[in-house]
Amino acid sequence: MIELVRNVRLWFAPQEIRHEGKTPDYRFSLANERTFLAWLRTALALIGGGFAVDQFLPDLRWAWRAGLALALLAAGVLCALRAVNHWIRCERAMRRGEDLPVSRFPAVLSIVVAVVAVAMVVVVLVGWAG
Amino acid sequence: MTTPLREERDPGLQPERTRLAWRRTTLSCTVAAVLAAKAALHERDSAAGIVAFAFCCVLWLAFLALAHRRIRILAAAGPAGPSALAPRHATAAALCTVALAVFAVALVF
Repeated sequence: MIELVRNVRLWFAPQEIRHEGKTPDYRFSLANERTFLAWLRTALALIGGGFAVDQFLPDLRWAWRAGLALALLAAGVLCALRAVNHWIRCERAMRRGEDLPVSRFPAVLSIVVAVVAVAMVVVVLVGWAG
Repeated sequence: MTTPLREERDPGLQPERTRLAWRRTTLSCTVAAVLAAKAALHERDSAAGIVAFAFCCVLWLAFLALAHRRIRILAAAGPAGPSALAPRHATAAALCTVALAVFAVALVF
């Protein structure tokens, strides 16, 4: 938890990270930046999906629609915040010459997306039946 | 072995790829913002709808400005390579995304 607070402080303090270790090869920094952007696109896609569920499924019962939309939007928010956090952790590890941080997040996100997909299938089948 | 590495790998390609990554992300942001704007204009209360629509436009422009600034830094870099992304810059981009999501939650209810 203290680690997280320290990281959040780093998000807003660009000069502080430069005090640590030495500047890595710029290609590694750019690769880290592209990974960050890829996660941001994932977050934007999830948020776009949330909007789409809310708008393009008007026949769905409100509880289902709101639930699915909120699940997608929450996943999007988590994904965006985690993208910055992971980026800063990688940047710091590279400066210190440590191993890159490992993360459970990709696995968790995959499971969430799978659950949402199964929920959509159930919704469509129930919609046909009813 | 370390010196020829720089010549073997085209040094210009890395900033180029990063620039394209920013472009792709801007495109994703555009899609999300268009969906948001569409949802905003479907609001029954037209005044609130227009405010929400303006908010979407501001968010999209903010992201566009962030991407543009980063692309200019990448393009202006010398042979030593561009400077790393500033944490504040990254945080701002992520917060634009989060703001879109918060906006979406407000529209669902």
